[in-house]
This record gives sequence, C-alpha cells and structure tokens, in this order.
Amino acid sequence: MNAWTTVIGLEVHVQLATASKLFSPAPVAALGEPNTRVHAIDLGLPGVLPLPNAQAIALAIRAALALGAEVQRRSVFARKHYFYPDLPKGYQISQYDEPLARGGSVSLGDGRSCRLHRLHVEEDAGKLTHTDAGTLVDLNRAGVPLVEIVGEPDLRTPAEAHAFLRELRHVLRFCGVSDCDMELGSLRCDANISVMPEGSAQFGAKVELKNLNSMKMVQRALEFEERRQTAVLAAGGRVATETRGWNDELGESRPLRSKEQAPDYRYLPDPDLPALIVGDDEVATARSALGELPVARAARYREHFALPAPDVEALCAERSIGDWFERVLAHGSAPKLAANWLVAEVLPAWRQRGGDLDAFPIAPDRLAELLALLAGGAITQVAARRVFAHLLDHGTTAATAMRELGLDRITDPEVLRPLVQAAIAALPEAAAAVRAGKPKALDALKGHVMRSTRGRADPAAVDALLAAALSGG
Amino acid sequence: MTSPRGSAAAMARAVAAGHVTATEGVRAALARIQQHDPQLRAFVEVWPERALAAAAAIDRRRDAGEHLGPLAGVPVAIKDNLLLAGERASAGSRMLETFRAPYTASAVQRLLAADAIVIGRTNMDEFGMGSTTETSAFGPTRNPFDANLVPGGSSGGSAAAVAADFCPLALGSDTGGSVRQPAAFCGVTGLKPTWGRVSRRGLVAYASSLDCVGAIARTAEDLALWLDTAAGQDPGDATSLPATPPVVTQLAAANDLRGLRIGLPWELNGPGLDDEVAAATDALGAAAREHGAELVGVSLPTVAHAVAAYYLIATAEAASNLARYDGVRYGLRRSGASRLEAMTTASRSAGFGEEVQLRILLGTFASSYGYEAQFHGAAQRVRARLAADFAAAFAHCDVLLSPTSPVPPFPLGSRRDDPLAMWLCDALTVPASLAGLPALSQPWGATADGRPLGSTWTAPAGREDLVLRVAHVLQRHSDHHLRRPLP
Repeated sequence: MNAWTTVIGLEVHVQLATASKLFSPAPVAALGEPNTRVHAIDLGLPGVLPLPNAQAIALAIRAALALGAEVQRRSVFARKHYFYPDLPKGYQISQYDEPLARGGSVSLGDGRSCRLHRLHVEEDAGKLTHTDAGTLVDLNRAGVPLVEIVGEPDLRTPAEAHAFLRELRHVLRFCGVSDCDMELGSLRCDANISVMPEGSAQFGAKVELKNLNSMKMVQRALEFEERRQTAVLAAGGRVATETRGWNDELGESRPLRSKEQAPDYRYLPDPDLPALIVGDDEVATARSALGELPVARAARYREHFALPAPDVEALCAERSIGDWFERVLAHGSAPKLAANWLVAEVLPAWRQRGGDLDAFPIAPDRLAELLALLAGGAITQVAARRVFAHLLDHGTTAATAMRELGLDRITDPEVLRPLVQAAIAALPEAAAAVRAGKPKALDALKGHVMRSTRGRADPAAVDALLAAALSGG
Repeated sequence: MTSPRGSAAAMARAVAAGHVTATEGVRAALARIQQHDPQLRAFVEVWPERALAAAAAIDRRRDAGEHLGPLAGVPVAIKDNLLLAGERASAGSRMLETFRAPYTASAVQRLLAADAIVIGRTNMDEFGMGSTTETSAFGPTRNPFDANLVPGGSSGGSAAAVAADFCPLALGSDTGGSVRQPAAFCGVTGLKPTWGRVSRRGLVAYASSLDCVGAIARTAEDLALWLDTAAGQDPGDATSLPATPPVVTQLAAANDLRGLRIGLPWELNGPGLDDEVAAATDALGAAAREHGAELVGVSLPTVAHAVAAYYLIATAEAASNLARYDGVRYGLRRSGASRLEAMTTASRSAGFGEEVQLRILLGTFASSYGYEAQFHGAAQRVRARLAADFAAAFAHCDVLLSPTSPVPPFPLGSRRDDPLAMWLCDALTVPASLAGLPALSQPWGATADGRPLGSTWTAPAGREDLVLRVAHVLQRHSDHHLRRPLP
C-alpha cells in the first residue's frame, strides 16, 4: 500500500475597503440597485481612460506589508483579455509579470507557515444573474479593487488550508485592508490540489477547484478532492489536469474545463497606465498605517501584562478590541482585571448588540471607573455586574448607576445606628478595648458594620456613630 | 476679413478686436463647406446650429467687454474619433454609427475653453486604421488638389478641410503618421506632439501607446497657438505630461535658423524614395541651410524594423482596445442570435470593416500565448532600440529631416488591394511614433503634375518648440504652405 502526500495551494481574492473603484470615481458598495454605481470608465465607453485610485494602491501596499511580502518598487498593470458580458472592456486590468509584491507568508499555527508567491492588484468584473427571461448584467461590482494573493503549494491538508484562510482573514481584517467576508464575496478563494506518492519529488497533476463560497466549503471540497484523487491514483489511474467546480449540496466536485480548454488571456502591458512606482515614502506611510500586527500585539499582551492565552486571543481577534482594552488601561485599570471584564462582560454584550465597538454604550473610561470601585472594595463583584448591566441600558456613570440601583453608600444615622449597636454587641472585647483607649480595635467594629451593609455604609458616618456609642459609656 | 482663408491667429485677433464677428466667420466657413464639401466629403457631419450658437455667445461676450480666449471665434473641425458631449462620434465605423458621446474629450474641452468654435466632425479611416481615409464606413474623402487622389489618412478629413479652407485648424490623431501623412498629401502643416503631451481622454483608442491627438493647420504658427492651449497634464489621463513653456510667443523672435543642426537620417532619405519626394526634401534642407542651419548626416539603424514592430504593437493594442465593442452595452448589435457568443460575433462582423478585422486578427495572433515573446516582445525590443537610435542621433543634431511619405499622393482605389504595400507607406512616420517623439510635416514642393509634397521635422521628446520654430521660420520666407487648391 502506498502512502500519499497532498499538496495544496490557494489563490485568494480580497476586496480592498476603498470608497471608490480601482480606476473610476464610482462608489464601492455591496448593495445598491443594479447598475447605479457605474461610471463611464466602468462601462468601457469609447475614449475612457483608467485613473488609478491612490487609496486602493495604499491599501494593497498595506496588505503586502501585513503579510510580510516585499513591495516591488516598480510594478505594471496588464490587460487580461476575455469576452464575457460582465467584462465591459473585453479585458480586466490586472498585473501579470510585474506584480505589486512578492513573497511573504501566512502562519498556520504550531510553528508552521505557508509561503506566499505574490500579491497583485486588479479590478473586479461585474455580476451576471441568470433568470428565465435571460441573463442580467449588473456592473456595480465592475472595477471594484481587489488584491489577488497567490500562496505557494506549501499546504499539506485541507485543515491547513482552512487555517491559512482563517489567519489570512484575521491579518487583513485586523489591518483594515478588507472586511474579508466570504459570504458577501469580499474574500474569494480558488484552490489548487494535487496528490503524489509520499516522498515523491514531483507534484501530481494539479486540479483547480472553483465555487468555494465559505471557508468550510474550501475544506470540504479539498477533503473530497483529496479522497477522489487518491482513489484514482491507488487504482492505478491518472488524475487529469483540469478545473473542477464544487457543488456543496451534492458534496462533490465536477469538471468545468480541461487543460486544453484553458483560455488564452493575451496579457498585454496596459498602455493607458504608467508603471506603478512605489517609493520609500509610500511604503513608510503604509507601514505606519499598518500599526501593530496581531502577532506582535499578542506577544506584548502575553509578556507585559501576563495575560492568559484565551484572553490574549480574544483581545487580539480584532484591532478595535485591543485598542478599546488599552484605553481602559490608560484610565488606570489593572491589565488582568480589565482583560477579565472585557472577555467576560464587554465582548459578549457587544457581540449580542453588534455594531462598532467604538459605539458600545459603555465607554472605556466608564468601565475603568467601575473597575476602580471594584478594586477599591467600594463595591462587590456581584454589585459591579449589576452596575455594568445598568450602564449598558442607561449609559450613565458608575456612581449614578450605584445610586439608582441603591448600591450607593448608607449615611443615614437612623439606618446605621442599629447596625453599630449590633456590631458592639457582637464584638464586646473590641468595644471594651476601644473604651480602654485602644483606637485600633475600632477597625474590627467598623468591618463588622461594612460587612453587614455589603460595603455600602459610609465609613465616616460609621466612625462618628461608633465614637458616640463608645465614648458615652 | 470674413474669409475662412485667414490663419487662426489672424482670425482670433480680428474677432477680439471687433473687426469681424465670430458669427460672420462661422457663416463664411459654413457657406464654403456647403459649396465644396459635397464633392470632397471632408466632414462626416457639420453642426451649423451648435457653431452659430457658440459664435453668437462669443460675440455677446466680446460686446460685453469680456476677455476672449486665444482661439476666439476660430472655426475648428474635429476628427470623428474625438468626443463632444451630445454629438455623434463614430470613428469612421459602422460599429459606432449611432453612438452619441456622453462626455467631451479633454482635447476638445481645451479647444472650447480657448473659445474656438467646433463646426463638425471629419472623416477618417475606420478607427484610424488606414492611410487614405478609404477605410471609412462613410465613404472616402477626396483630395482638394485633385478629386481623384486620396487625401491621405487616417486624418484625411481634417487635412482636406484645412486644405479646402473650410477652417484654419482641425484636430486629428496620429498613431503611425495619421496627422503628418494626410497633411503632406493635402499641402498643409500637421503636428504630432510628444506622446502624452495632449490628453487622450475622449479620443477613441486605436493603439494607446502610440495614439496622439494632433492638429492640422495652414501655418506652424497656428499649430503653436493650438498646442499652447491643448498641452498640459490632465487628471483624466494618467499618461499625460506636465505642461511646457508656451511656444507661440517664442516664434515672434524667430527669424533665422542660425546655430540649428539638422540631422538627415540616411535610412529615411535613401533609396526606395520617389525621386520627386526626395528632391522636395532636399530642397527644404537647402532652404534651411540658406537660413543658417547646418546639415549633418546621422543614422537610425533600427528603422529597417520599424514598420514590422509598429504593426505588431499597433495591432495587438488595437485588438485589445476594440474588444469592448461586443454589442452588449452600446454600438451596433446584430440581434436574433440566440447565444451570446453568436451575437457578439455577428455584431463585430457587421460593425467592423475589412481592414479593422484584419488588424484585430493579426493583433490577436501576435499577442497569443506562445507567440507573445516572438512577436510582441520582439517588437517592444525594437521599439526600445529605436528610441536609443534617436537619442544617439540627437547627440549630433537638434532636429531630424525626412520626407513624410515615400510616395506622393496616389489615386483613390489604387492601393486598396495590397495592404502590405499600403503599410510600407508608413515607413517614414512610424519611427517617431514608436519613440513617442514630436514631429511636424510641412508642405514643400510638388510633383511635376502639381501634387503636394511634404517633409517632416522630428525633435527630441518634449521639444515641439524646435519643430514649430524651424517650420515657422521657413514659412516666413516662403509660400509653399499658402498654395490653395480651391478658388
């Protein structure tokens, strides 16, 4: 029996989070009435010329830096030709033999990583909808900026492919390059997979898988394809080099086109666009916009704050979470306490509500205030949770919330006097000591009153009542 | 003074000074077009109402004492591949016969900003692919000097319009000689600027890395006037170049050519030329020497490969640029086909003429996988070497002189069936196109039977001022450019 080695490489398209299209001023939006976000440039009208969007280029450079790729000083836009109604010019502007960036890698965890081959910038095509009445063309998406990230064939299992996509999405979202939503199509993936005998120096025949619309689908399709190819090879057959489409409902891949049917894109340097020259200053700007990468931030949280791994992971899931956490720290909270509260209270409440973390009803300074009360013993853990819930609904300060919840201090002598009497009755030796001129013993009596009010008794008022009760004999 | 036979500069001055109204000038131009254009067919379409309305507006502004632009009231024709919002632009093609421009080309916007009056669109070879204006879907244009001769092309309509004194200035476009060669054939002056000097936004693309908006006029001075208004960076064209100092003011002081070194590339002035053509260029060189210029021999060794390289690059880019005409969104559509591919094939077969189809096929083949390096790649290497040749030549001279066309204007229909012979006629103009250099053709001499001949000055990139100055000085002291074919 032979053992087999699977070789997988992914090609990922990521939509850049720009306001307008790659080469036209038309706005980018996921939704919108068909063909309402279209400029003459997107329509490929006679005489139009592409105008590069500086924001898109800056985001693409940021993506390259985030992935550790080497940004090329010079890259060239090229035309990729094919006839299809979703492609208004009859060609897509992409990059071919001189891409924006080369190299880089994506961590797979456990010390493994997958190298990247290249990253290039290109425009998206439009969208076709097939109906009974015919095929409808929507060009809202035509010209939307994408980066294509091509991975090296370093992946060995479908699970690794899944890990690759998870980490890639994490890094790119973290850096604000893209929202990387596979369901909305802002992250798309094609997978190349081949199987060879273990130890072979030569890869097997490569199959390209398309129609992979979620990360789970990528993994399922690769698992199917791995089994299919291994079975073919084990039976002494040959795997055809071809493109196959994944049908998730049937749970199988089917041939789309053979190697012989592969289109000839007739790549041509685009004469309408000068070579893209990226200077040191642009790289520096992109690097500063990039900020701290998730890996570096996680290391800092582990090492400087001694936070446990699950907390670190939760705080580094998105840039906004860590940023919010650090604003709480800036208002004086201890890292461990703040991290506990974020993970246990803030994040679940935020996820339930949705929206932007910056719009969360409790601002970082308000949480810090609450944590200070908790740390100072002015409020118990249980009461603090009640205050938190109150803040969530009413958005006031912790002090107001405590008052509104009746968790504020008890200063009324009529309320406190019986409690003071009870303390003296419960601790006669301490009372005697105080009377004998040992004021230190007051602490025990005071503690008794505080316990009986769960910390709500006003210390000054208790002091006054105790003094009055014990001095009078 | 109301005759359109005056120069653009003189007309604009007269309008600004109130010696003549823009309306009178436009009426005179329209009358002349009405009289002669039915025979010549320089125009695909004339816009009398638009032109008269624009003229009236200029006259009102003058009367109100407003400042007027440098081309105030000058009737100007634009080639059918330049867009003017609201008007048709067909690029000489059935494919775009009914296409109406939704925006205005930057080069046309600058004309309008200079207060010129756009009077109509001129005939051209389909998508600029031709040297005779015979490939136009709307029929050929005749040469004003002899109706049996071609006017050259592809900007044949613009050259004929200026030669016939319909207007003193017309816009053209030059990809491989399409302004220079028809200017020579029609006895007028034509300027192809440096690639990128004038914005291409709104110019229907043929071969983008070669396409230049150019102009045709009777005098070099008018071309300088035009260039000063047209040149400069355009945010709508990422390949447009920054502005250079105005040229027209420099011309006033230019009286002679002392100190100017003129290079004669022997590859462009050697055997294979028609004798009368060669003699006319020699005569122009001699005239330049009389005015103080020095003549030196130079060499452009790669020129022998220029036509081949040009056709490989131009056709590959053309196949790409014309892919958008698929019958889906605009332009001609042949309906009835049940399948998309059949609809596109039928539309393109019906919409494109033979020459265009030939070039699309050639360009598609030359850029196909496996042939790309052999053809397009090799052509790009030739292009780079040619640019180096020019740079080396310009170490020894300021401008180059050569005939514009190896042959004088020829009869309509005489070369239609031999594309290769036709393409070889571009041999003298394509080198400057491949190198992106500015070049100007000026009329000088004629054949024994009176057909106009032209010669071309070529300068280093960005030095339109040099070719304009040489031509201007020579035009000051001669009248070749004032020969008029029509009464």
